[in-house]
Amino acid sequence: MLKGSKKATFKRCIAMALSLMLVVSVLAGCGSKKEESSGESTSNGGKVINIYSWNETVKETYEATYGKTHPDVKVNWVITPTEGNAYQNKLDQDLPNQDKAKADDKIDIFCLEADYILKYVDTEYTLDLQKDLGLTDEDLSEQYEYTKEVATDSKGALKGTSYEANPGVFVYRRSIAKDVLGTDDPDEVQKALEDWTKFGDVAEQASAKGYKMLSGYDDSFRTFGNNVKAPWVNENDEIVVDDAIDEWIDQTKDFTDKGYNNKTQLWSTEWSADQGPAGKVFGFFYSTWGVQFTLLGNALETPVEEGGKLEVGNGLFGDYAICYGPADYYWGGTWLAAAKGTDNAEEVADIFREMTTDGETMKTITQTFDKFTNNKKAMEEYADSGITSAFLGGQNHIKMFLDVAPNVSMENVSPYDQGMNEALQQAFKDYYDGKVSKDEAYDNFFDAVIEKYPNLSRADG
Amino acid sequence: MQSPEKAATVKNKINFDKWGYIFIAPFFLVYAIFSLWPLLSTFYNSFFENYMVGLAQVGPKFVGVENYQTVFGNPDMLKYLGNTLIMWVIGFVPQLAVSLLLAFWFSSPLLRIRGNRFFKTVMYMPNLIMAAAFSMLFFTLFADNGPINDIMMDISIIKEPFRFLSSAWATRGLVGAMNFLMWFGNTTILLMAAMMGIDPGLYEAASIDGATSGQVFRQITLPLIRPIMLYVFITSMIGGIQMFDIPQILTNGKGGPARTAMTLVMFLNRHLYSKNYGLAGAVSVVLFALALILSIIVFKFMYSDRDGKKAKAKEKAAAKAKAEAAALEQAEVLAQEGGPR
Amino acid sequence: MTAKIDGKRILIYVVLILFTVLCLAPFFMLIINATHSHPDIQKGFSALPGKALWNNLNHVLHNDNLPVITGLVNSMIVSVCTAALSVYFSALTAYGIHVYNFKYKTQVFSFILLIMLVPSQISALGFIREMMAFGLMDSFIPLIIPAVATPATVFFMKQYLESTLSLEIVEASRIDGAGEFRTYNSIIIPLMKPAFAVQGIFSFVYSWNNYFLPSLLLESKSMKTLPILIAQLRSADFLKFDMGQIYMLITLAILPTVIVYILLSKNIVGGIALGGVKG
Repeated sequence: MLKGSKKATFKRCIAMALSLMLVVSVLAGCGSKKEESSGESTSNGGKVINIYSWNETVKETYEATYGKTHPDVKVNWVITPTEGNAYQNKLDQDLPNQDKAKADDKIDIFCLEADYILKYVDTEYTLDLQKDLGLTDEDLSEQYEYTKEVATDSKGALKGTSYEANPGVFVYRRSIAKDVLGTDDPDEVQKALEDWTKFGDVAEQASAKGYKMLSGYDDSFRTFGNNVKAPWVNENDEIVVDDAIDEWIDQTKDFTDKGYNNKTQLWSTEWSADQGPAGKVFGFFYSTWGVQFTLLGNALETPVEEGGKLEVGNGLFGDYAICYGPADYYWGGTWLAAAKGTDNAEEVADIFREMTTDGETMKTITQTFDKFTNNKKAMEEYADSGITSAFLGGQNHIKMFLDVAPNVSMENVSPYDQGMNEALQQAFKDYYDGKVSKDEAYDNFFDAVIEKYPNLSRADG
Repeated sequence: MQSPEKAATVKNKINFDKWGYIFIAPFFLVYAIFSLWPLLSTFYNSFFENYMVGLAQVGPKFVGVENYQTVFGNPDMLKYLGNTLIMWVIGFVPQLAVSLLLAFWFSSPLLRIRGNRFFKTVMYMPNLIMAAAFSMLFFTLFADNGPINDIMMDISIIKEPFRFLSSAWATRGLVGAMNFLMWFGNTTILLMAAMMGIDPGLYEAASIDGATSGQVFRQITLPLIRPIMLYVFITSMIGGIQMFDIPQILTNGKGGPARTAMTLVMFLNRHLYSKNYGLAGAVSVVLFALALILSIIVFKFMYSDRDGKKAKAKEKAAAKAKAEAAALEQAEVLAQEGGPR
Repeated sequence: MTAKIDGKRILIYVVLILFTVLCLAPFFMLIINATHSHPDIQKGFSALPGKALWNNLNHVLHNDNLPVITGLVNSMIVSVCTAALSVYFSALTAYGIHVYNFKYKTQVFSFILLIMLVPSQISALGFIREMMAFGLMDSFIPLIIPAVATPATVFFMKQYLESTLSLEIVEASRIDGAGEFRTYNSIIIPLMKPAFAVQGIFSFVYSWNNYFLPSLLLESKSMKTLPILIAQLRSADFLKFDMGQIYMLITLAILPTVIVYILLSKNIVGGIALGGVKG
C-alpha cells in the first residue's frame, strides 16, 4: 500500500515537472504568437504575393530590403522543408495547377538552389524575366555572368535572378602553411597551390609533417565538378562522365590511399572538428558564405553563444587565410524565379529589380548579413572602403572574392546536376573506403541515377 | 455440453447479426475512400510507363508487364530483400528473447520485482523519440570521432577509430540495435498484457506443485500467450518488411556502404523521387505479394504448431503428472470463468 | 534456496538497470545536446551540460517563422483525434467481427489482415493526388479521418477480445434490455480500457512523430505540426543551421508524448493486470 503510493508520488512529480516546463514554454511563446497572426495572408483581391521557399533566409533578406521600403505589400511565405525532397515535391505539385488555384493562392515567386535550378528554368512554368517582366539588360548589367548563365534556359531566356554570388576559394591555416611551405603569405601560398600537380606536391610535404591536406572525400569535388567540358547528359539522354570528374575520382582515391585526407564527409562533426583548434588539416574549399560563418564558427575554441570573443587567441581566430586555389568554382546560392500564372507580375518585377539588381540594396544586404552580393560595382565600392577581416588575419576578403567571381563559368550545368553529384559522391565513397572497385562504383552510380531519372541511359565507353 | 449452448446462441443471434455490418461499416467506408482507392490506383499504375522528368510528365503509356520485367530483371531486388530480412532478424530475435524474459519477470507473481512499474514505464520510452531524432543520436554516438570510438580508444581496444558507418555489418548491426531499442519495450508491454491475463491461480497451483520458473514459463505462459505472440510476430514482420525511417536516416538515404543496408521500401522510395508511378507500382505489388506469402507461412506455422503441441501434450500427459495437474487446474479455472475463447 | 533466489534477483536487477540506462541514454543525450551551442556540438559529443540552454530555448521559442506553440497545438489536435478515432473504431470493428455471426465474417477478417500488410509508402502519392482532388490540402482531415481504418489496431483488438471477452457478458447485457451500441459503449469499452490505453499510446506516438504525409499535405504556417518544424529547422542554410536549436526543439517535441505516456502508463501497466472478464 505504502509502496504503491510512493510510486504514484514519484510519477506525479515527473508529470508535474514536465507539465510545468510545458506551461513555461507556452508562456514564453505567447509573445511570438501575436506577431505571427499579423503576418498571415489576408485576402486582398489577389494582391497577396505568394513566395515559396525552403527556409527563412530569403524571407529575412526580403524583410531587410524590399519589405522595409514597401511595408504595404502583403507577402505570404509558403515554407516547405527540403527534407525528403518535400520542397521540390510541393513545387512540382502546385506549379502545374496554377490555373486552377484561387487568385490569392497562385504562386508568384519561388526560390531555387543552384543544384536544381535548371529543372525549373527549362520549363514553361517560369517567366522570362526580360520579355515577360521587363527587366532590362541595363538592370542586370552589374550581375555576375555565371549567376545569369545558370538561370538561362536552352532558348536563351533568363528565368531567374539572384542577389548573391558565391565564388569559391581555398582557405588555409597560416600556421600550417608556415610549417610546410615556410610562408603564410597568400600570394606565395597561391603560387605553391596554383594547379593540381603542385597541390599534390604540397599534400605530400604536409603529410610528411603529420598534416592532412584536405579533410574529406568531397572537399575538392566542386572545384572539379564546376570545370567540366560538357554537361552530365548529352542530347541523346545519355549520361556522360566528364574527364574532370574522373580526375577528381583518381585524385581523391590517391589522396585517401596516401593518407592525405581525413576520410570525413562534408558537414559531419569530424569535418567540423577538423576546422577547429584540434584539427590538423591544411585547408578547406569554401565559398563566400562559408568563410565568415561556418568556418569561423568551427574555428573558435569558445563559441560566441557561450561567451567566446571574436579575437585572436580564441581557437584559430586569425590563423586562416584565403588564396584562390588550383581552380575557380562556386558553391551555393539562391535564385528567385517568377511563376507562370502569377497575377502580380508588376509587383514581382519590382521586387526583383530592387532586391537583386539595385546597388544600394546590395550594399545593405552585405552590411546586414555579411554576404558577398551579386553586383560588381557595389562590391568594388565595398572592397575599396578598405574593409578587412580580422578572422583572416587582416585580409580584404571581399577583394579576393571580387577577383575570383568573374572567372566562374556555369555554361555546362544540366537539370540533373543535383541528382548526379549526390549519387556520384555516394557511390564513390565506397570506392575510397575500399569496399568496391572503381568499376563497381561506376555501376552503382549509374544504377542510382537511372532510378532517379528513368529517361536517361548509360553512354557506352 | 457444447451443443445446447451453441443452439441458444444461434437462436439469440438471429436478431443481432445485422449489427455486425453496421459495426464494421465505418472501417470499410473510410478504408475504401482513403486507402483502397489510392492503393488500387497504385496497382493499376504498375502497368503503365508513367514518370516525371523534371516537371515534364512521361506517359502514362500502357506497357503491360514491362515494369515487372524490369523489377525481376534486377538482381538487386533480392539483395534488398536479403538486407531487409537480415536487419529485421538482427533486431527481432534479441527483441523477442529479451521481451519474453522481461515480461515474464514482470508478470511473475513468484518474483515480485520491486520497481516493477518504473522499469516497465522506462522501457517503452525510446519508442517516444521520433526515428529521425533517434538516428541522429546514433549517428553522433557512433561517429568516427564519437563517444563510442573515444571510449574504445581510451581502453585500447582499438588504435584507429572504427568507422562504423563505412562497414556493412556494423551499419546493419546499428539498424538492428536501434530497432531493438525502440521496440523491445513495446513488445514487452504487449507480451506482459497477455501474461497478466493468465489466471494467477495457475501459477499458484504450479508453485504448490513445486514447478521451477522455467517450467512455469514453458508449460503455462508460452502456450497461453500464443495469440499475442502471433500478433507481435506478424506486426514486427510487417514492420520489418516496411523498414524505412531508421536505415534511411542513419545512412542518409544511401543504404550504407555499397547498398548493403538498403531495404525494400528504401528502394521503393528511390522510385518515388522521380514520381515513377509505374515502376514504384510494380515494386509495391511485389512487396505486397512478398508480405502476403510470409504472413501466410507464419499463420500456418503458428496455428499448426499449436495443434501439434496439443497432441504432444496429450501423449506426454501420462508421463508428466505435473503438467497434467497444471492443465487440469487450468481447465477447471477457465471453466469457472465461463469457458475459454 | 534463499541464496539461489537472491543471486537470481540480483542478476535480474542488474539486467533491468542496464536496460533502464540504455533506454534513458537517448533522452539524456537529447537534453545534454540541447544545452550546447552549435559549434560545440559540431566538435563532437560531450556528456557534460553546456551553457547554451537559455540561448537555444530563446531562439526556438522566439522565432517568428517557427511557430512552436502553434505546432504543439496542431500536433496535439491531430494526434489526440487520431488516437481516439483509431482505438474507438478499431475496437468497434473488431467487436463487430468477434461478436456477430454475419455472412462473409471470416473473409472480412482475412481482408483486414491482408491490407495490414500493405506498406503505407506504396499509396502515398496516390493519396496526395486524391486529397488534392477533394480539395483537402492544408487540412487536418486527411491526417485524422483515415485513422478510423487502422487494420493493425483492429487485429490487436480482435486478439484482445478473443482472449478476454466472454460472449455471456453481451448476452447478459441484451437480457437487461440494452441496445447493441449501448452495450458496446457502456459495457465493452470499459472492459477494454487496457487495450485502449496500449493502442491509444501507439497511435498517438505514431501520429505525433509522423513527418512524411503531413509534410506533403500541410502548407500554411498556422497548420504545421512539430515534425515539419523540426525538418524546417534542419533545412536551414549555413546562416541559421544550428544543431543546438534542433536538439532543443526535438526535446520540446518529445515532452508532451512523455507526459501523455506517463499519464496513460498507469492504465497500460497497472490496468492490464487482470483481463476484463473478471470485472
